[in-house]
Amino acid sequence: MGQLAPWVIATAFLVAMPWIFASNSAITIMNQMAITIIFALSYNMLLGQGGMLSFGHAVYMGAGGFMCMHVMNMVQDQGLPLPLPLLPVFGGLFGLGLATIVGSFSTRNAGTVFAMISLGVGELIAASSVIVVSFFGGEEGISGDRTYGLPVFGVEFLRQIEVYYLIAFWLVLSTLLMFLFSRTPIGRMANAVRDNPERAEFLGYSARWVRFYSFCASGFFAGIAGALFAINYEIVTEENLNLGLSGAILLITFLGGIGVFFGPIIGAIVFTLLQTVLSLQTELWQLYVGALFLATVMFFPSGLAGVLMMHVPAIKMGKWRYLVLPYVKTLIPAIFGILGVSAMVEMMFHARHAPTGDEEMGLFWMTVDSTSPLPWLVAAIISVVCFWVTRRNAPELVAAWHMANTPDGGSA
Amino acid sequence: MDLILVNIIDGLVTGLLLFMLSAGLTLIFSMMGVLNFAHASFYMLGAYFAYQISMYLGFWMGLLIAPPLVGLIGAAVERYGLRRVHQYGHVPELIFTFGLALLIEEVVQFFWGRDQMPYQIPEALQFVAFSISSYDIPAYKVFMIFLSLIIFGGLLYVLTRTRVGMIIQAALSYPRTVEALGHNVPLVFMGVFGVGTALAGVAGVIAGPVLSTFPGMAIVLGSIVFVTIVIGGLGSLGGALIAALIIGWLTTFAKTYNVRMEDILTTIGFTKPEPIGDSGWQDLWTLTSPQIADILPYLLMVLILVFRPHGLFGKRDA
Repeated sequence: MGQLAPWVIATAFLVAMPWIFASNSAITIMNQMAITIIFALSYNMLLGQGGMLSFGHAVYMGAGGFMCMHVMNMVQDQGLPLPLPLLPVFGGLFGLGLATIVGSFSTRNAGTVFAMISLGVGELIAASSVIVVSFFGGEEGISGDRTYGLPVFGVEFLRQIEVYYLIAFWLVLSTLLMFLFSRTPIGRMANAVRDNPERAEFLGYSARWVRFYSFCASGFFAGIAGALFAINYEIVTEENLNLGLSGAILLITFLGGIGVFFGPIIGAIVFTLLQTVLSLQTELWQLYVGALFLATVMFFPSGLAGVLMMHVPAIKMGKWRYLVLPYVKTLIPAIFGILGVSAMVEMMFHARHAPTGDEEMGLFWMTVDSTSPLPWLVAAIISVVCFWVTRRNAPELVAAWHMANTPDGGSA
Repeated sequence: MDLILVNIIDGLVTGLLLFMLSAGLTLIFSMMGVLNFAHASFYMLGAYFAYQISMYLGFWMGLLIAPPLVGLIGAAVERYGLRRVHQYGHVPELIFTFGLALLIEEVVQFFWGRDQMPYQIPEALQFVAFSISSYDIPAYKVFMIFLSLIIFGGLLYVLTRTRVGMIIQAALSYPRTVEALGHNVPLVFMGVFGVGTALAGVAGVIAGPVLSTFPGMAIVLGSIVFVTIVIGGLGSLGGALIAALIIGWLTTFAKTYNVRMEDILTTIGFTKPEPIGDSGWQDLWTLTSPQIADILPYLLMVLILVFRPHGLFGKRDA
């Protein structure tokens, strides 16, 4: 029962979300988030669970999307009796087929060889999407109309919220399947092959075939994500399979944490929020995301989920209370310090790129003059003072951390 | 015949430029065992720095000052970034350099904007060096060829004939032994990383005016550089040179000679379906070699990795 609880809560949460955030833009963001979650989880089947670093995973998502769009158009043109909610299966199967072909030669080695083959195949397919016009539709891509299919129980998928529930259904289903896959013997062997392929071979398992099966399964779920993308946006283009997207999914998955199953989910949610909310606030959001990513790799290689999991022992011992005050004392000044630095970055950007004479800029609900020294001085003082406070309180946090993680009576 | 000669020169320019990038990359790989995804970003930094310097001091000072600057940044990245990530293993290192490439592109856009920079060939080199029948070969191309050859020669000399080169080579194979002999191996690593990125910077300085200086220039060349060193064999300097030249000539010839799929298929004995628009094979029939010139290197790399994972001259698996 204890294992079932997170799934029930998450499903209930998904059902309730459109009532909490009812606006159309919120539902659009949630759709995007759900698609990214499936894609990131399928990517983590490779990177986190199988130890295969891929630079071309978007290919399988894009291929699934294109296939789903073709099937959708066939339903419309020839009246095939296929309801819309079933279409992601075709996207998934096409992704699976492509992964079977590519995996047959790319999974022979892990590591750099695999990474380079995935890069090469990714470039090849992205480039051929402009050449093979009959399947990929050239530069404008292909588009379709999801509402022409058969109504399912009277639902015609005209409204955004109906699409939301379709995507949410597939999100729960594929997340569950991916989780169960990681518990099967083959999923467990994927972990073993990741950590020590030689030893796994001595146990009688072929490292290559274990990698191959993970790769195919991962391609299947990426295809489903692509099909959901096609259903949601009703257009698929070259951008859905190029290297940019492959890089983005690597970033998302790593940000969330590759060591834990739910890590990519956190990564997808955080990244989509940054992408949609932060990009409305500033032109420089990609700079901040890049800096955040680099900081994650350098200081928290286990990602956001890893940072969360670090607190589990303290919570289990009931000592998390010791941590609250030191966290408040260090994190709040740190946040203000970062805001101060980003204010200076924004002002510098404005001073450099704004047309001459346009000296006023909006900054955190204020209007400041980016050429006068006063706002610069204020931002600099805020950041210096805040970072100084953070630095001064950091030892306290370290001490509290040790205390919270030491069992009572024992000397660890 | 004349066209072939012109193409050979053009391919040589592209190939040597690729080599200058891949030489540093392959050295860094044999040293740390990690592919530096941000290598082409240092090439971009070289071009932008040189452009900025050339506005005040002219092209030649840019060529002199920009590469050491890039090398300094590279050394700092190794010292304060990579060395820290190294403890987590190879995959985080690769991901770190990948993130660095993203960040450098954003930083470049932050300072110089998204537009192309008006970075020009110096006036002293704006003349025609010689002509092959009706094709003019600009002096700048000759300059690029000679500079690349000088750098290749210098690199070879330093690595094989000097004491520093000996220590570097020894440190690549047996870092612990070299350390026990009293050499500062981390310093050697930092130095090699700095020199490798500085070489990329040189490539950027001389390629910026011809290939245009814009924020996407790192992506355009970035993955091709990987392809080069993977085809040549990871860690092999000679392999990188051969692979760079192969890629340079392959793409140049494929772009100039319009080989059409239609002709090939007809020669084999297929008949073209009419009208072509209705056929499912339309895209295959209308394929031409200039269309696929840019993806040929990737095709070559995938084939090489499948059939010979060491690359052409590599001694170990990629």
